[in-house]
Amino acid sequence: MNAMSHNQAGNAYNFGFLDEYAKKEVRRAILKAIAIPGYQVPYASREMPMGRGFGTGGLQLTLSLIGPNEVVKVIDQGSDDSVNAVNLRRFIEMTCPGVSTTTATAECTLIQSRHRIPELPLTARQILVLQVPYPDPLVVVEPSEDKRKTMHGEADYSRLLVKLYEDIVKFGEITISHRYPTRINGHYVIDPSPIPRWDVPKLNDSAALILFGAGREKKIYAVPPHTKAEPLAFSDVPFRVEDFRDEQGRRRACARCGCVDSFLDEFVTDSGSKTYQCSDSDWCDMQLSKARQTQGEPA
Amino acid sequence: MNKILEVRGLSKIYGPGCPQCLESTGPEADTNLCPHCGSVVAIHDVSFDLFEGEILGVMGESGSGKSTVVKTLYFDQAPSSGEAIFFDNDRQYDLFSLNAAQQRWLRNHRFGMVYQNPNLGLNFNISAGGNIAERLLMSDLMDYGAIRERAKALLARTEVLLSRVDDLPKHFSGGMQQRVQIAKALATQPPLLFLDEVTTGLDLSVQARILDLILEIQQELKTAMVVVTHDLGVIRLLTGRAIVMKYGRVIETGLTDQILEDPQHAYTQRLVASAL
Ligand SMILES: Nc1ncnc2c1ncn2[C@@H]1O[C@H](COP(=O)(O)OP(=O)(O)OP(=O)(O)O)[C@@H](O)[C@H]1O
Ligand SMILES: [Mg+2]
Ligand SMILES: [Zn+2]
Ligand SMILES: [Zn+2]
Repeated sequence: MNAMSHNQAGNAYNFGFLDEYAKKEVRRAILKAIAIPGYQVPYASREMPMGRGFGTGGLQLTLSLIGPNEVVKVIDQGSDDSVNAVNLRRFIEMTCPGVSTTTATAECTLIQSRHRIPELPLTARQILVLQVPYPDPLVVVEPSEDKRKTMHGEADYSRLLVKLYEDIVKFGEITISHRYPTRINGHYVIDPSPIPRWDVPKLNDSAALILFGAGREKKIYAVPPHTKAEPLAFSDVPFRVEDFRDEQGRRRACARCGCVDSFLDEFVTDSGSKTYQCSDSDWCDMQLSKARQTQGEPA
Repeated sequence: MNKILEVRGLSKIYGPGCPQCLESTGPEADTNLCPHCGSVVAIHDVSFDLFEGEILGVMGESGSGKSTVVKTLYFDQAPSSGEAIFFDNDRQYDLFSLNAAQQRWLRNHRFGMVYQNPNLGLNFNISAGGNIAERLLMSDLMDYGAIRERAKALLARTEVLLSRVDDLPKHFSGGMQQRVQIAKALATQPPLLFLDEVTTGLDLSVQARILDLILEIQQELKTAMVVVTHDLGVIRLLTGRAIVMKYGRVIETGLTDQILEDPQHAYTQRLVASAL
């Protein structure tokens, strides 16, 4: 099939903006990343018409994966409506004619996200692309990339574990809030992008393929479906997700939808008090409409 | 007694090397620098055996190649040629034919090293306890409580104040830094320890206490050690056998007492005489 056949008359770009050669290269890197779970595969990151750091790494994956019947969702900080998410979604709509976009997690086939994995469990027909600013978890303990490569090859993560040890010594617990180092398939440790600890367990045994793209650092890596993903921890100090209990030990609820098992964002109200709301806006909407339905039904 | 280490024909040349390197260097040539190609023959044809629980001394003047011997055996540097067999219970390892991962495993689990410069043996940006934890984590101990207990026990054993377990070693005195290095090296209870000028540059009273500690450890744990030093006092106190090096070659080898009482080589005679 001729690649240009997707083009609508008058569209100056190739379908998916990238030329077919660039897309093929990204796809090859993706295949390799799937074959070696957690391994950072280098690829030739292209210039995109937006600054690096705005998700160009993730976007190149998304554009290389998009097919004509794709339903795409773009999330930034859990929300579909933030400026960055809207801009990326517009760019995809503009450069991929025929592709539809949605905010509903349940309806999409391809998700590009930053900072969050949706609360709704993903399915085998979905692919999640996460934007990554810093792909290598070892960069905090080893400045030389050559040495880091050897350490990854030998699964030598003792220096990362020492960081956790020192954290417990200083603070009585592991304080890493985002980018929690996670061991994939028993070997490579990845930086799972700036998702909160809350989302890390979703990497484990995921039904959906999860891909990571770092545009600036030119790396792609993957957690294939149903692969083991273990956050680094000690046998007697296990990994914990964020604790959303209040002073009385009750689980805080979303002020908007009432949900008590989602990741909450904290807001300060005009009166100065704190209030909490689902960070995943689509999830919050779903819970709200469910609640309205049950309220509408006779008891 | 069981042999723990067998070193044969160990050589290390820094530089391109040429056919005349070997004949143009060594004690007779009075240099380790090849005049034809500019290479440094840091060590050539070094052979010795080390037995379980034994302390072997490596002595010689500055630049004679002492550190190079232990650096190659600890895999800090690859030798140019030669062979070394490590006997570990009923297993044996041909050290220089192992791949990098196997070498790293031995380094982390079965060998220990204490450097003259604590900067090389310790990570100054993590606490004393963290330094020991790192070595324990390398050997796959994953229980925080157990790691912490073991780190404290090791620091107590090497007489580092427990109140300093969470302090950065860069704020420690030189003697304390060496104690932390020793604690770290001992963390995995290795049967073989390399000590490179561990007391050089320290106050005499501090030196004496560290040397005592090393002797106690050797008696307690039966650890075999290769002790590198240019200090005849250290050789006399710690070692049972010794090799004497000059310009990269072994010029004398034997029981320490004999070498010090009745040195055979003229160079050793001068070395011993000057130390009296
Ligand atoms: N990385 C290197 N590159 C080039 N030459 C080196 C290197 N390391 C050591 N040498 C040279 O090899 C020779 C032996 O060095 P080595 O450090 O083994 O000596 P040493 O006996 O330990 O001396 P010292 O008592 O001063 O520590 C010296 O001439 C030294 O300059
Ligand atoms: Mg030396
Ligand atoms: Zn909500
Ligand atoms: Zn030469």
